[in-house]
Amino acid sequence: MPRLTYIVAAALLALSASSALAENAPLSAGFRFTEETGADLYAGVCQACHMPDGKGAVGAGAYPALAGDTNLAAGRYPAFVVVNGQRGMPPVGYFMNDAQVAAVVNYVRTHFGNNYPDAVTPEDVKVVRR
Amino acid sequence: MRDGKASGRAMRRRDLLALIGTVAGSAAMYRAMTSLGFAAESPYRGPIALSGDVRGASVLVLGAGLAGMTAALELRKAGYKVQVLEFNSRAGGRNWTLRGGDTYTELGGFAQTCAFEDGQYFNPGPWRIPYHHRALLDYCKRLNVTLEPFVELNYNALLHASGAFGGRPQRIREIKADFQGHVTELLAKATAQGKLDEAVSAGDKEMLLQALKSWGALDKDYAYKKNLISSHFRGYASGPGGGLNAAPVPSEPIGLRDILKSELWDYLHSFAQLEFQTTMFQPAGGMDMIGKAFAREVGDLIRYDAKVIRIAQNDSGVTVTYVDAKVPATPQTAKADWCVCTIPLSILSQIPIDTGARMKAAIDAVPYASAVKIGLQFKRRFWEEDEAIYGGISYTDLPIRQIAYPSTGLNRGGRGVLLGAYIFEGSNAYEFASMPPAERVARAVAFGAQIHPQYPAEFENGVAVAWQRVPFTLGCAGYWTEKTRAEHYVDLCQIDGRIVLAGEHASYIPAWQEGAILSSLDAITRLHQRVIKT
Repeated sequence: MPRLTYIVAAALLALSASSALAENAPLSAGFRFTEETGADLYAGVCQACHMPDGKGAVGAGAYPALAGDTNLAAGRYPAFVVVNGQRGMPPVGYFMNDAQVAAVVNYVRTHFGNNYPDAVTPEDVKVVRR
Repeated sequence: MRDGKASGRAMRRRDLLALIGTVAGSAAMYRAMTSLGFAAESPYRGPIALSGDVRGASVLVLGAGLAGMTAALELRKAGYKVQVLEFNSRAGGRNWTLRGGDTYTELGGFAQTCAFEDGQYFNPGPWRIPYHHRALLDYCKRLNVTLEPFVELNYNALLHASGAFGGRPQRIREIKADFQGHVTELLAKATAQGKLDEAVSAGDKEMLLQALKSWGALDKDYAYKKNLISSHFRGYASGPGGGLNAAPVPSEPIGLRDILKSELWDYLHSFAQLEFQTTMFQPAGGMDMIGKAFAREVGDLIRYDAKVIRIAQNDSGVTVTYVDAKVPATPQTAKADWCVCTIPLSILSQIPIDTGARMKAAIDAVPYASAVKIGLQFKRRFWEEDEAIYGGISYTDLPIRQIAYPSTGLNRGGRGVLLGAYIFEGSNAYEFASMPPAERVARAVAFGAQIHPQYPAEFENGVAVAWQRVPFTLGCAGYWTEKTRAEHYVDLCQIDGRIVLAGEHASYIPAWQEGAILSSLDAITRLHQRVIKT
């Protein structure tokens, strides 16, 4: 299969009344995530549940806030959760390589009011993959 | 698992998927993943009879989806005092339909108001019923839910690979006939050349050749090529008509190599799988007709807007603490002798619950799948008027994955609502869930326009439901693997003290309504046996 990256033409989006909200971020082609930077991975994967502002959400159950989350202090812990999932959370890191997992974990650990400068490495991720 | 593909082998499901991914590319891996564990015939054997004196016992049911309402209906009939707590303001749970005027606010506060014309609808959750889901069909019959055919396979719908055939969609009919014809021709050649003599006796050989010719639309020389024989399967360049110039003109088959390269052959197997075989059904007017029919029976037992925050039990009974879901003020309690809990595990795993360690481990072991569905209303039914597509599903390797055409209101003209995307798991399911709803709709229109160029001119409005942002489930359905089933499934289904769980997550038919009902019937049957004995 050709490894295409899908880019939606702005012209087509303009046909919708709601196009002001639309962005042109490329989507992954295939089952695995193709985003590479922490910011892109967060925006394409994590914010589905943890929300664009990292504050999580509450319904019948809750998605925990990542903003100001002290559980992020030890970098391997979020890496472990991304790779293996936790309770209802799917193991989204299964569809990322080690560098992607490290990138998104480091992004979360240095944004949303978090300030943990000790970066997680792809080697750290390899260790927590079961 | 009962899928028959991965079972009985030393290979774990994850390994199998990795192997498929390596060998066949990620598109094939996705399609394999979505089919694993989704094929099982219902063992339903008719209405249950819970006989015996329940001596005034009471049951608290958590959740008014199909599992919970099945339990409520049958337990009340058996003489129990039943009450039901439901998080939503309506019954049905994932059995859910959106119509014009409905508003829906997902997690994060993103609100949508459906703007469909009266009579149009969209099922964000379950949308089709296999003929062998006998329990669900039986409840539909008993509760007077009108069913109509759901068109799963339409030979005139499309298969689309963005990198093949210049991006032009192909008719399912043509890919199926041509793939079958070419493969049959190869097999006929091998048979005629004696290459199958070890496997086929001389007596059977002639019959096999005849069968191949008939099944594959081969000519007298066992060739599959452009002629009226193959066109009778794949369609004509110009079909037979009346009067002058009415003779049919044959069409040119697509070459085997082009079909193989396109990977469009891979969609053919999905139609052959048990849960998608004709006949399939849908309730007339929307899937929630089932939930509403149950609610007519047991609605008087349901306390709506009740968010469960604690499930406690001891030797004498169960106490459930809940708050008003809209105004979570003073906690209230509900008590009963027994509890049937149908809360999705994605949520139950967050609620403090008194169970043994094994059941708690099982509750915590099941991640919830990601899925996105998008309903799009168009000014006119161009798929019918322009393309003669009446119901059925087109498949694509674009992120929207499917376009499903309505199975009702056929050939009437006027507006219609398509399922403009059905994205189950994989990268795009998360990416679409990460977007604001309006962007999901806009993207579905933009992608769909690659398959139906009429989209931009005819599109009116749409609604998009990303199941990870659905407040009452936090996901689409329980996602079991071979490994988690082996470790936890039995523990999940045990009666733990006075609590038993039910729902699609406690079944081998995950993500299907039949799984929810069968799980519930099994749970309450075992619970009842315990009550009668004690």
